[in-house]
Amino acid sequence: MKENDCKCEHLWAEFNQTLEKNSGNRSALITVLHKAQELFGYIPREVQIRIAEELEIPLADVYGVVTFYNFFSLKPQGKYKISVCKGTSCYVRGASGVLERFSKTLGVGPGDSTDDGQFSIEVVRCLGACGLSPVMTVNKDVYALVKQESIPEILDKYAAEEVQESATDTLQRDQRET
Amino acid sequence: MPMISLTIDNKKVEVEQGTSILEAAREAGTGIPSLCYLKDINVVGVCRVCVVEVKGARSLVASCVAPAAEGMEVLTNTNRVRNARRLAVELILSDHPMECPTCIRNLNCELQTLAEELGIRDVRFEGERTKHTADNSSPSIIRDPQKCILCRRCVSVCEHVQSVKAIAPQNRGFDAVVSPAFEAGLAETECVNCGQCSLVCPTGAIYEKDDTTRVWDALADPNIHVVVQTAPAVRVALGEIFGMEPGSVVTTQMVGALKQLGFNKVFDTDFTADLTIMEEGSELIERIKSGGKLPLITSCSPGWIKFIEHFYPDLLPHLSTCKSPQQMFGALAKTYYTGKAGVDPANVFSVSIMPCTAKKFESQRPEMNSSGYQDVDVVLTTRELGRMLKLAGIDLSSCPEEEYDDPMGISTGAAVIFGATGGVMEAALRTAYELITGETLPSVDFKTVRGMEGVKEASVQVGSLNVNVAVAHGLGNARKLLDAIKAGDADYHFIEIMCCPGGCIGGGGQPIPTDLGIREKRIGGIYTADEKMVLRKSHENPAIQQIYKEFLEEPLGHRSHELLHTQYVARGKYK
Ligand code: SF4
Ligand code: SF4
Ligand code: SF4
Ligand code: FES
Repeated sequence: MKENDCKCEHLWAEFNQTLEKNSGNRSALITVLHKAQELFGYIPREVQIRIAEELEIPLADVYGVVTFYNFFSLKPQGKYKISVCKGTSCYVRGASGVLERFSKTLGVGPGDSTDDGQFSIEVVRCLGACGLSPVMTVNKDVYALVKQESIPEILDKYAAEEVQESATDTLQRDQRET
Repeated sequence: MPMISLTIDNKKVEVEQGTSILEAAREAGTGIPSLCYLKDINVVGVCRVCVVEVKGARSLVASCVAPAAEGMEVLTNTNRVRNARRLAVELILSDHPMECPTCIRNLNCELQTLAEELGIRDVRFEGERTKHTADNSSPSIIRDPQKCILCRRCVSVCEHVQSVKAIAPQNRGFDAVVSPAFEAGLAETECVNCGQCSLVCPTGAIYEKDDTTRVWDALADPNIHVVVQTAPAVRVALGEIFGMEPGSVVTTQMVGALKQLGFNKVFDTDFTADLTIMEEGSELIERIKSGGKLPLITSCSPGWIKFIEHFYPDLLPHLSTCKSPQQMFGALAKTYYTGKAGVDPANVFSVSIMPCTAKKFESQRPEMNSSGYQDVDVVLTTRELGRMLKLAGIDLSSCPEEEYDDPMGISTGAAVIFGATGGVMEAALRTAYELITGETLPSVDFKTVRGMEGVKEASVQVGSLNVNVAVAHGLGNARKLLDAIKAGDADYHFIEIMCCPGGCIGGGGQPIPTDLGIREKRIGGIYTADEKMVLRKSHENPAIQQIYKEFLEEPLGHRSHELLHTQYVARGKYK
């Protein structure tokens, strides 16, 4: 995500404003990182370098903070964003197992995305559906009373959607071309 | 400071308010083991090896971070304390590769010593092993996170002493690692290769890149002519590896040992230190006369050079264009020396023994080939030379004493003091004064620029000119001077900057341990060596006069420019 060759120029414009406001202010690191996460959806290297330079914080420290808190991510979020609730109720009723199963199956931990950019996992605080815990969402779809065993099925559903989509894409393209 | 009194193991102790329990105990002669603690630099309380019992406190207290208090009753040696310390070390060992016999820090490792002192015979936990791989990217420093105990000493030194902070704790929990941002290789970062981290690492997790094999191979090849140069600071530290007092001057034994190893010629970097004074002194006079960029800043220290290239590239015009003495030597060894000795430079292998890890990087800079070859082929640190001597079964203390070879082994006291902070400045003043005024100095000693004060200033009357000078060592101190120059309030003509605390005697390739007391002793050794020299001023060195007559013609002349001067690269802070 180079500042210049990015389609999201307006995001950089807004982010630069935040940076300028906090120029030389080391204690603003967390605030600025939140802003970056919110704007870009993740905090790529170029953004971290700009933060390091503008706030006058060593890059090694910026990265240290980004990797310490799991609400910051280093990779863009997956097309399918899996959010597992770890509020008290969900926690008590097995959210950790669910999370672990997702991580094992996809090979990435919370705050990370699969290399193909399809799935990302994150931990969220209470979703307010404690009666149905453990609860999780994939994008806008809500899943209640989730069991570890049903995880492959959930993942398959989105993977299938993916196949479907690319098939349609090809079809449309073929139609256009003929 | 008001005093307070407390008891440590029922013994009454008086200390200044604010003293930690650990320091209070040490003052009273009671040893408390520690691991992450590094006095004044790393006081973070993470390892819990230094715990003690404090009466009235429910849990054990980490004595390195807890201040002593009035009336406190401390117990340092109870069963509970001993068990807790053992547990702390066992937990570290449960995730540690126990490779002591093949480890670079075997027999000089604080973790090993601690395990021994605490009588650990068995590790009760079998932990999962961290899987971080070693970083071999840098020509100077290797990081092996597998042996890292996350004590953060390296991080603190890099941040607080050097103001670089190329490394920091990353990730959390089991994935935690001390590394550069993005877990990049050190070579891709703003690390200046100073090796100060390797001096303070208690284990084998950060260490110098070992290049001894290449030197052994060259020595074994009868067709290769192997020459060696030794830096000023090595002669006052090498003895420590053989059990001698820090600061013992072992010059002649070291020369004898190098000859025994089979080097064809044993030369002295001090020769080109004298030459540096001639070139840099002339550059200073030139800049003052012609209204050039002032203050002029010294350029002998490659860690310092990389620092200014990364962090203050706009100040690069202040740097002297002189190469470091090591690189001047390298360029002359394969031109001047080979010409005189009738040796083909293509067959010469040039080795240097340095107190410094950054010099490894420097020798590999692409511009350091003015002889037509890589000017210095291999740089070994003091520690590596010690290793070679041990492998060869040479005991320095009983080694026959020998003298350096001619002509690049002849030097003055002004050159040997390059090894201590303030030395280049003092050497320059000795020569500049006499060359400018034409008078003999009443005393060659400029004591105001000596010693461990972080930034030193002096004003010296040289003829009609009042020369203002400053000296800084340790990059954190250098930063203060650079910020002053940037702000326009540095009224100096000449500044000496050395990357490492204490100057080269405290370099990152010196024997471990290197602490404040040891640095001071080595500095003592440097001035003893200076006093013992017949000649104390660079311009009086007959070999220097000769090289100008036979080869270089004059300071700043055409050949000098080709061989002895260089240019710098403006690097971004984060590429
Ligand atoms: S770091 Fe120390 S304890 Fe670890 S393997 Fe090396 S010598 Fe042994
Ligand atoms: S070599 Fe120097 S600059 Fe590089 S990480 Fe170590 S202390 Fe920091
Ligand atoms: S590399 Fe060495 S000094 Fe740095 S944290 Fe690890 S063990 Fe400590
Ligand atoms: S030495 Fe005190 S906690 Fe490590």
